[in-house]
Amino acid sequence: MSGTTVDSHQSAADHAHGHAHSGSHSGIGHFLNTYVFSRDHKIIGLQFLFSTLLWFLVGGLLALGIRWQVAFPWKTMPVIGPALFSAEGGQISPEFYTTLVTMHATVMIFFVIIPILAGAFGNYLIPLMIGADDMAFPVLNMLSYWFMWPAFICIGSAFFQQPYGAGAGWTSYPPLSAIPEAAPASATAQTMWLIGITFVGVSSMMGSVNYLTTIIQMRAPGMTMFRLPLTIWAMFITAILQAFALPVLTAAGFMQVTDRLLGTGFFLPEGLSVNNAEPVSGGGQPLLWQHLFWFYSHPAVYIMILPAMGMVSDIIACFSRKPIFGYKPMVYSISGIAGLGFIVWGHHMFVSGMHPMLGMTFMVATMMIALPSAVKVFNWLGTIWGGKIQFTTPMLFSLSFVSMFIIGGLSGIFMAATPVDIFIHDTYYIVAHFHYVLFAGTAMGVFGAIYFWYPKMFGRMMNEFWGKWHFFLTFVFLNGTFFLMHVLGAVGFPRRLADPYEYDIFRPLQPMNQFITICAIGMVASQVIFAANFFLSMFFGSRVGRNPWNANSLEWMAPSPPGHGNFDFQPVVYRGPYEYGSPEVDIDYYPQTMPPPAGVSPIAGNRGAH
Amino acid sequence: MGRFWSILFLLVPVLGVLTFVLAINEVGPFYRHWLPVNINDHGGIIDSLFMFILYLTGVIFVATGLVLFWFLWKYDVAKNRAPVKFSHGSHTLEVIWSILPAATLLFIAIYQMNAWADAKLRRPLLSTGPDKTAGTRDDVVQPPLVEVTARQFEWRIRYAGSDGQIGTPDDVYTVNDLHIPVDEEVVLQLKSMDVLHSFFLPHMRVKQDAVPGMKQFLWFRANRTGTYDLVCAELCGWGHYKMRGRLYVESRQQFDKWLKEKFQEQEQTELKGPPAESAE
Ligand code: HEM
Ligand SMILES: [Cu+2]
Ligand SMILES: [Cu+2]
Repeated sequence: MSGTTVDSHQSAADHAHGHAHSGSHSGIGHFLNTYVFSRDHKIIGLQFLFSTLLWFLVGGLLALGIRWQVAFPWKTMPVIGPALFSAEGGQISPEFYTTLVTMHATVMIFFVIIPILAGAFGNYLIPLMIGADDMAFPVLNMLSYWFMWPAFICIGSAFFQQPYGAGAGWTSYPPLSAIPEAAPASATAQTMWLIGITFVGVSSMMGSVNYLTTIIQMRAPGMTMFRLPLTIWAMFITAILQAFALPVLTAAGFMQVTDRLLGTGFFLPEGLSVNNAEPVSGGGQPLLWQHLFWFYSHPAVYIMILPAMGMVSDIIACFSRKPIFGYKPMVYSISGIAGLGFIVWGHHMFVSGMHPMLGMTFMVATMMIALPSAVKVFNWLGTIWGGKIQFTTPMLFSLSFVSMFIIGGLSGIFMAATPVDIFIHDTYYIVAHFHYVLFAGTAMGVFGAIYFWYPKMFGRMMNEFWGKWHFFLTFVFLNGTFFLMHVLGAVGFPRRLADPYEYDIFRPLQPMNQFITICAIGMVASQVIFAANFFLSMFFGSRVGRNPWNANSLEWMAPSPPGHGNFDFQPVVYRGPYEYGSPEVDIDYYPQTMPPPAGVSPIAGNRGAH
Repeated sequence: MGRFWSILFLLVPVLGVLTFVLAINEVGPFYRHWLPVNINDHGGIIDSLFMFILYLTGVIFVATGLVLFWFLWKYDVAKNRAPVKFSHGSHTLEVIWSILPAATLLFIAIYQMNAWADAKLRRPLLSTGPDKTAGTRDDVVQPPLVEVTARQFEWRIRYAGSDGQIGTPDDVYTVNDLHIPVDEEVVLQLKSMDVLHSFFLPHMRVKQDAVPGMKQFLWFRANRTGTYDLVCAELCGWGHYKMRGRLYVESRQQFDKWLKEKFQEQEQTELKGPPAESAE
């Protein structure tokens, strides 16, 4: 299907008309077709956005449960403690603590970060930014959202019965996860967890097939690959990562399910007996799971950041009113990160018992992956150099992405150094690292993206005043929460301990943990401002036209919000998306669809494209 | 407002560095909030690597943070009257800032290999064998003094008795109490009976996962007597947090005395050893 020809897109408005009427005319049927079982990429994107934001709340509350226990072990949780754990006198039981850490990470990774980036923003932005009227496979797209629901139900339902969720960590290492006798949380809840994760995988797989096809096939005339916004490049590479890495996780998940239900013993050695249960048949290897799991989950950490990097690049260029610095190096570093991302998984296993020689090769690859990350940081700094920086809310969040990603990237180097990792592996140093990249990086980037594209999604602005307060408080509290974790890690303070103060060496750390918990509560509380702003702006935000930020890329040429079929004209692309401040035109931006003024050769102003 | 936000971003490197300075010097609330005292002859190199990377990344952290601040301050739309620098990048700069970090990273990678090999590959030798060179096939490695078997939620410990071999009738058993002699290379053999655990001695900079079905070897040379924590660092179930052991570093005489007493005690009570399989 050569969807890029002008003809197939002719009169998108007509097109839109045709679709809207293809559903049932009766009220409820129409509603179902338009808003529930919609095949429109924008509605699907918003469905992902709302679902993931709700789960973000759940994940945040779970985190507070963890923080409470680490700061005040065995103390009754205020307000909700007595209601939730009446049996234990309002305490968090050690069993429940393991499910808290497991479910917090599971929710945040599989129900928030991955689907909000690819599902919400990927869906919403890809067709709009490449000038297409929808995804290549709208039905598949709809299914990719609805396949999240079995996952929500499988994993969510575990909250309602003892022990309230799976408890083997989000990494689900066997034998703990594979033998029901190993822990109450390793019984049914664990099987449900594995099935849930498989559904998330199926959903992501459907999404990535769709994104790849759409980006390759459906770009508007003139939209060459090197005129794509970096957001789209990032989504493209992410989709490739998912397509190649996910099957491995899915296979591994099934193997663990059969180990549990049929006793296949892929991950269980001979004669293993847990908790005086029958010895298992064995013949397997626990390390095999770790290899398979990280073969997916290391690329997955890039799935969890590349799209944010892309969006942040677009936002920074827009509010610096300057072209992105080093467009092609940016594209190459995204690709480099993705390529290297496939050969570094062993850095999670330096002390796992994997052969130390193997550790050395993974160490070298891991060191090298810090390089493209560094190149990206330098190019972001290059982009704001010499610009006219507008400190809008989306820009503040994007700048903080850069500032915080530096910290997360640099702490990665400590852990990549194998001898140092012996000491800091499985300590709060790691916790600090991945929260700097995932929360201070990705989540802050996502907030920026929400503030930035909100006017496109809903045709109204979010409130800037409250947006800045949201930014300020989140930024301060997040650093209060996560920076000090580096210090805890330097003492060797381990993750996932229900009561760390059993150990003499960690007893002096309790006051600092209490401080961190207070910051964490402040951080979660600050999100109330965001939630209120998000919902109230839908009704009370000031209305905007097509292009409130004076940006260049195609989505800003469509109506806000775009109708079904997106564009009311056929976009034709003349240049890359970053021609801010071009001397060719009098305005300080130069939309991709704007024909060059008379007398300017159409090739000029195309530098981003070559 | 641009001024305000620039300064907020300036605070990142300022407070970041301050935090580490306070922690390293254990000032006030940071008392005992830094690397615990190292008691392993082989652990010092890990600390120096940590500090080396800390200083190196610290320089990059501060430099990039200052550049970010300065650009925000200077190019604030409210203050900057100059036209934007309409630039799509610089080939030269890209080359420079690719090669410099690449070289630095490669240097770190190569620089630390030796420490890794010491920690995980070069097990102490009894002798280098007939060819008198270490690292060859005929090396005679030092046998383990003690075997640690992890299980939910305790460390079962077994000492090679007077014959120096594990798996013989004169073995001595304890639970959670690990005694070792000071100023000697000690080789330890690590197993797990059920799920994954991780044997972590923070003061020794030693950590190794215990994997069922596998046998791992660790070695260290303690240089200070005293009592220290033995931590489980891998989630192993609900009781993970209380899987605490203790490490007693003693002089050779004390250690021998303790071992002998323990053995006699064991004989008297006719306490059978725990059902840990013999070390083949
Ligand atoms: C500069 C590049 C990076 C390097 C060199 C690096 C290195 C590492 C290493 C060596 C570990 C394993 C540490 C251990 O468990 O002992 C690790 C863990 C982790 N990294 Fe990174 N990393 C980098 C960037 C990122 C990014 C961009 C993300 C996510 C967006 C990320 C997310 C994570 C997560 C989630 C873990 C912990 C997984 C777990 O054990 O639960 N990292 N990183
Ligand atoms: Cu990784
Ligand atoms: Cu444990």
